[in-house]
Amino acid sequence: MAADFVIEGLKANIEGKEILKGINLQMKGGEIHAIMGPNGTGKSTLASALMGHPKYEVTEGTAVLDGEDLLEMAVDERARAGLFLAMQYPSEIAGVTNSDFLRSAINSRREEGKEISLIRFIRQMEAKMKELEMNPEFLHRYLNEGFSGGEKKRNEILQMMMLDPKIVILDEIDSGLDIDALKIVAEGVNAMRSPERGFLVITHYQRLLNYIKPDYVHVMMQGRIVKSGGPELAERLEAEGYEWVKEELGIEDETVGQEV
Amino acid sequence: MTTQTILPVDAERLSELSLSGGEPGWLKDSRLQALALAAELELPKLEKTRIDRWNVNNYGSYKAAKLLTALNEAPSAIAALIKDQEDGSLIIQHNSGVVYTRLAPELAAQGVIFTDLQTAAKEHGDLVQRYLHKAVLPGEHSIAALHAALWNGGVFLYVPKNVVIDTPLQAVLLTDDAEASFVPHILVVADTNSSVTYVDNYVSDKAEAGLHNGAVEVFVGAGAKVRYATVHQLGEDTTDVTYRRAVVENDGTIEWIVGEMNYGDTASDTKSVLKGNGSSSDAKVIAVGSGSQKLNYTTQAQHFGKNTPSDMITRAVMRESANSIINGITKIEKGATRADGQQTEKVLMLSPKARGDANPILLIDEDDVTAGHAASVGQVNPEQVYYLMSRGITRHDAEKLIIYGFLAPVVSQIPLEGLRNQLQTLVERKLGQ
Ligand SMILES: Nc1ncnc2c1ncn2[C@@H]1O[C@H](COP(=O)(O)OP(=O)(O)OP(=O)(O)O)[C@@H](O)[C@H]1O
Ligand SMILES: [Mg+2]
Repeated sequence: MAADFVIEGLKANIEGKEILKGINLQMKGGEIHAIMGPNGTGKSTLASALMGHPKYEVTEGTAVLDGEDLLEMAVDERARAGLFLAMQYPSEIAGVTNSDFLRSAINSRREEGKEISLIRFIRQMEAKMKELEMNPEFLHRYLNEGFSGGEKKRNEILQMMMLDPKIVILDEIDSGLDIDALKIVAEGVNAMRSPERGFLVITHYQRLLNYIKPDYVHVMMQGRIVKSGGPELAERLEAEGYEWVKEELGIEDETVGQEV
Repeated sequence: MTTQTILPVDAERLSELSLSGGEPGWLKDSRLQALALAAELELPKLEKTRIDRWNVNNYGSYKAAKLLTALNEAPSAIAALIKDQEDGSLIIQHNSGVVYTRLAPELAAQGVIFTDLQTAAKEHGDLVQRYLHKAVLPGEHSIAALHAALWNGGVFLYVPKNVVIDTPLQAVLLTDDAEASFVPHILVVADTNSSVTYVDNYVSDKAEAGLHNGAVEVFVGAGAKVRYATVHQLGEDTTDVTYRRAVVENDGTIEWIVGEMNYGDTASDTKSVLKGNGSSSDAKVIAVGSGSQKLNYTTQAQHFGKNTPSDMITRAVMRESANSIINGITKIEKGATRADGQQTEKVLMLSPKARGDANPILLIDEDDVTAGHAASVGQVNPEQVYYLMSRGITRHDAEKLIIYGFLAPVVSQIPLEGLRNQLQTLVERKLGQ
C-alpha cells in the first residue's frame, strides 16, 4: 500500500518556547518533498517533533501515517509504524556495535522466535554496505563512535536501507559529505525510491536535489511552511537566496521567535 | 577512640585447631600472633564507608568439611561451574575446608604445586612460609589480622621456573553453612619466567548472615606472567571483604580480572606492587550493584621499579539503591623513573536512588613519569535512548544495549572466552533481565 502521510496544524515547543507554529504538509508514497529554509527556522525541529524527541513538546496538531496518528505513539512505535529519520547529528554510543544495534532494530520489527538469523543479517548488511562503499569493518565498530561526519551520514543511510521505512526524513544528509559520497548516498536513496515510500528531504543546497529530484519544494521560515512549489523553486532559491521570499511575504527576520 | 575487636575464637581454641590440623609450629605461632594483633587493631579505614556498621563479625567457627570422592557429589549450587572439569586442575573449598583437589598429571610432572594451603604448609613448609602474609600484612588492620589468624582451606599454586601453563587452573569456593567459618587464603607463586592463568569463583547458597574474609597474595617472579581472574557472586546475606595483592619482580606481569557480582555488602582492594624494573600491571574490574548494597571497590598500583606501566579500569553499574564508592590509587615512588600509571573509574547509575562516587588519586614522588586518570559518574543518556528508539528498538532494549555497551569495552578485552560469557550471564542476572 502506498504510504499516505498528512501533517496538520503541528505546533511544538522546546523548553516552553514555541518553535513550530502550525505545519501543514501532505505526502504520498512515491513522492519526494524537499524542505529548504535559512538556519534556525525550525526544519530540524519539525523532523524531531515528528520522530518524538523527548525535548520537544507537541502542543497541537496531528501527523497521520496510513490512518494512525504518530504523535500518539512512543518513539519506537513511530519507527515501527514506518517513520525513519536520518538525523542531522546522530548520537554516538560506545560499547554498542553497529551490527548489534541494527540487528536489534530489525528484530524489534519481528515477533519473538522469528528473529533474523545472524548469517542472513550479515549478508544483507554487507551487501548494503557495499552499495554505500562502506568498509565492512564498520559492522564491528561502536555505533557512530569516532565516525567522521561523512561516515555518520552514510551510516544513517545504511540504517534506512536495512529498515525499509514508509516515510523517510533526511535532515541535511548532504552536510559533511564530499562530492563522491554525496553521489553514493543519493544513489542509495534513489535505489530506495518506490511507490510505497515517501521522502522528506531537508537541505540547504540545490546540489543534493540535482541527484535526488524532488516533486515538491517547501520553504520554512519562522516555524511555518511559507511557500511551496515545484523543483524550480529550489533552483531559484539557489540562484537568488531567500531575500525575495521574505520580501514577497513581508518577513524581516526569518528565524523562529522574531516575528512580531 | 579504639573499638575493641570482638575475637571470634580464643588463643587456646586456635592452638588446638592448628594442632589437630597437623600444622607446623611456625604456622600455629603465626596464627596466634595474628590473633593477638587483631585484638589491638582497628577496622580498615575505607573512603566514605562506615565498615564498622557492616556485618563484619559473622565468622562462625571452623567446621571440618567432608571430602568429595567424586566431582559429581559436589553441591548443586556450584554444579554449573565445575561441569566437565573432571580432567582439569580444580580445587573446591566448601565452607571451612577444601573438599576436592585435582592437578592435571602433566602439570604435576613439571613440578607445579596446586593444593589447599594447609596441606601446602605441611608439605612445602619453606616455600609457603617464605611468602605467606608477606603481601597482605596481618598488621594492616583487624580484618587482615583475623584473616591471618583464622584462614582455612585456601589454595596454594606454585609454578616452577620456566614452566608455561596454557590452560587455566581453577578454584570454586562455596559457603552454604552459616555456622562454618569461610576464610580462604589464596597464595600464588610464579617463579622466574613462568606463566599461568588462575580463575576462581566465590559462591554462596544460604540465607543466613555470613562473612567472607578473604586474602589473595600473588608473587610474580622475574619475567613471569600471572593472569588472575576472580568472580564473586556471593548472596545478599554474605558480607565480602577481600584484599588482593600482587608483588611483581623485574619484567614480570600481573593481570587482574575481577567480576564483582555479589548481592551483599562488599569491600575489595586489588593492589599491584611493581617492585622490579620493567614490571607491569593491568587491572580490570566490572561491577554491578543492586538492592541496597553498600560497595567499596579500590584498585591500586604502587610503582617502585623503573619503566613500570600500570593500567586499572573499574566500570560499575548501580541500580535500585546500591551505593558504591570507587577508588583508584596510583602511587609512584621516588626513583621509579619512566613509570606510567593510568586509571579510569566509571559509574553508570540506573536509578535516582543509586549512588556512585569515583575517587581517582595520583600520588607521585618522581618527576620523570607519566600518569593519568579519568573518572565519570552518570546516568543513561536520554539522547542515546532516543536515537536507538528512533530505529524501532523498545525503551527497555535500548537501555539494555546502552548498559551492556557501558561494560562492553572492558568485558570484550577479557581474554578468556568462558569467563567472558560467564560474566555476561551474571551481569544479565544482576540487572534482572
Ligand atoms: N534546546 C533548545 N533550546 C532552545 N532553543 C532551541 C533548542 N533547540 C532548538 N532551538 C531553537 O529552535 C529554532 C529552530 O531550530 P532548528 O534546529 O529546528 O533549526 P533548523 O531550521 O534546522 O536550522 P539549521 O538549518 O541551522 O539546521 C532555533 O532558533 C533554535 O535556536
Ligand atoms: Mg537543522
